[in-house]
Amino acid sequence: MIWIFDSIILIFLVVTAIISLQVKDLLSAAMIFGVYSFLMCLLWAGMAAVDVAFTEAAVGAGVSAVFLIATVLRTSRRSSD
Amino acid sequence: MSAVSDFPDWGDPHSPANSYRLSQGYITETFPETSVPNMVTAVLADYRGYDTMFETVVIFTAGIAIIAILRRYGPKDKVVPEQKLYKKEPDLIVETTCRLMIPIIQLFALYVVAHGHHSPGGGFQGGVIFGASFILLALARDLQAAQKWVPENRILNLAGIGIFIYSGFGFLCLLLGSNFLDYSILHKVMGVTPIEARSHSMLGVEIGVAFTVAAIMFSIYSNLASKGEMKEGL
Repeated sequence: MIWIFDSIILIFLVVTAIISLQVKDLLSAAMIFGVYSFLMCLLWAGMAAVDVAFTEAAVGAGVSAVFLIATVLRTSRRSSD
Repeated sequence: MSAVSDFPDWGDPHSPANSYRLSQGYITETFPETSVPNMVTAVLADYRGYDTMFETVVIFTAGIAIIAILRRYGPKDKVVPEQKLYKKEPDLIVETTCRLMIPIIQLFALYVVAHGHHSPGGGFQGGVIFGASFILLALARDLQAAQKWVPENRILNLAGIGIFIYSGFGFLCLLLGSNFLDYSILHKVMGVTPIEARSHSMLGVEIGVAFTVAAIMFSIYSNLASKGEMKEGL
């Protein structure tokens, strides 16, 4: 049963990785990168590496997504010079 | 791709990584030597304490570098008048939810730090969660509301105190006549057996890590979100 979950998560992982690299809008790229981190966290938890999963959930999916979104919202497409 | 099928099975006890005597040593000796049930924390904070200490210093340095690059002093805010458009009345639902959630998040962060050597968790995760609670406050209200609790100079003091706690444990071991970060000598100060002293020192070290990580996380966010002017957030 667990391999079904694993393969579904792995497929979504590859899909989100490709989308976050290919999408033009930087804000959606940052959000999809957060989704990627969360799927990675699920995979770690499935492999019983709870410490790593915890770090991935807190740092990868939580704070670094917020940092990326804050940076995207605070930068403009053209430089002001 | 063709090499993947030669890998040992997942969780195979006879794979080379599992059958080597180093990992066997960690698995069997950790609890008798340190009285810490969570092997991961024992390896991180005790057996490789030197490594973790400089990981904390790396985070501190990253925070200092971001402050050095982004932080701008002085009244230069006249260029962006449309920021006033974002100034809205505080939303009732968002504010009530955050008022209920933030104490729970902070309590959970303290639990993660304090229980890090018994269950999954530790200084890094707990510190990040604690910093994230202030980021949530800054997102829901304003950057000023969060800075009322953690002003900028207090952030830097807290980050320094964290590293000071960690290296202080190391130098205390040196002063008592043992190696740097060899916690078992601390039983002379703590009044417990040497094995329990290692467990208690791991908790102390994790608290130091949590101070630094929480302070630096909020510092990075407030610099990024306010373009380094620390006046208005997102």
